[in-house]
Amino acid sequence: MNPPVNNTGVSLQVRGLRKSFGGQEVLRGVDLDVRPGEIFVIMGPSGSGKSVLLKHLIGLETPDAGEILINGESIESADIAAKYRMALVFQSGALLNSLTVGENVGLYLTEHRLKTPAEIERIVAEQLEIVGLAEAVNKMPAELSGGMKKRAAIARALVIDPQLILYDEPTSELDPLSAVVIGDEILELKRKIHVTSVVVSHDRDLAFGVADRIAIIHEGRILTVGTPDEVKRFNDPLIQRFLHADFKRDPQSKTL
Amino acid sequence: MFQNIGEIVLLFWRTLCALPFAWRQRQKVFDQFFEIGNASLLMVCVLSFFIGAVIALQTGPVLVERGLASAVGGIVGISVAKELAPVMMAILIAGRIGSAMAAEIGSMRVYQEIDALRTMNINPIHYLVLPRVLAIAIALPLLVVFAILVGWFGGAVVAASNSRIGIPFQAFFDGLRDIVDLQDVANGLFKSFCFAVIIGAVSCHQGLVTIGGPRGIGRSVTKAVVNSIVLIVIFDYILTRFLLK
Repeated sequence: MNPPVNNTGVSLQVRGLRKSFGGQEVLRGVDLDVRPGEIFVIMGPSGSGKSVLLKHLIGLETPDAGEILINGESIESADIAAKYRMALVFQSGALLNSLTVGENVGLYLTEHRLKTPAEIERIVAEQLEIVGLAEAVNKMPAELSGGMKKRAAIARALVIDPQLILYDEPTSELDPLSAVVIGDEILELKRKIHVTSVVVSHDRDLAFGVADRIAIIHEGRILTVGTPDEVKRFNDPLIQRFLHADFKRDPQSKTL
Repeated sequence: MFQNIGEIVLLFWRTLCALPFAWRQRQKVFDQFFEIGNASLLMVCVLSFFIGAVIALQTGPVLVERGLASAVGGIVGISVAKELAPVMMAILIAGRIGSAMAAEIGSMRVYQEIDALRTMNINPIHYLVLPRVLAIAIALPLLVVFAILVGWFGGAVVAASNSRIGIPFQAFFDGLRDIVDLQDVANGLFKSFCFAVIIGAVSCHQGLVTIGGPRGIGRSVTKAVVNSIVLIVIFDYILTRFLLK
């Protein structure tokens, strides 16, 4: 299988997406438009349907109703995977535990026989260098920290040379410095290869730091879509509460 | 239950359809084959030696008392080759290898590794199921060849060393040759091939449908072993009836 040589990001449309699990409706008619090459962040509280939506966008789940279009073509069409290169960076990394980091990163190229072993080795080394994991090429995933696993998963996604890259909670379980590295990486990919990025997160710093546009999802419905400034100004108590939630320290505890 | 059987048949059919890609997965097939052989050969030898020995011990004295000493080799030979070696080895492999397959694929499913394969447009049937089913389908008949030979040897040792039987090696194997022919051994190997496919398909299917974390993996492993053994015993009857001369 030879992927097409086309480095432009793709557009993504979601129309009336509905999904239920065991009678519980998780997505209740989601509509979205993601423009080519933009970083689109989907924010929402836990259990709002973000990750389920993301799985639909890459075809891991089949909707009960509605459709998803990539450059106007249904994601359910037979040749969509051969036509457009898409990658998902899983929340856990989802590296194959039986393979080394290097083998994980080169898996797509190895399995589809797109390059010679020497070329694959070179590409893997390059991608691991980009995410700062050059020294981990021969390590097993079990030997990596959570942040390193995520960076390795990003390297694995980059090898595909994706036109659409989806991130599921890319900064969860990461320290602030690692989170900034991941955020910078998302921005860098947009600048370098104009990839369309969809980021699912409830990390406000990441969302407002990298997003071109943000969608807020709650209980399976999109509440608003706009630029970070527009979303901040959106006059909805639920959104405002979500965006400004913070700890309220007991004044007395400060003195302890 | 019927849904499970339907899914297993469908998985088996998809694995058959993936056979043209088997050469591309040869390294994985070899790795799995080595794993199965390495994990099981010693156990197979021990188990089959004592199976042959116990058949000789049960039948030998009775037959010798009735002047049928020449039949001991044949009875041990045919029961080991046609029935005990294929069935007992299949049960052993279901426990040792089927459980490992279900656990490995199940944990890959739970920890989203299979989803990751799908996002890379890598078919999990080509990547995970085909190499395992092929490897076990090659390995189990070979292990059964070992089991038959060692089982016969175990029977011969007991027949020669037990004072109530007292049949020399040469006489034991002469009796065995009179009754057992190549077709009987081939029947046993054919059965073991069918059992191997059952173990591979059932275990991989259980792994692929695993849900619910570590407890789910445990449940899948148990189901893979139990369902494999039940199907082995049922198919043993069907195949025996079909292959009966």
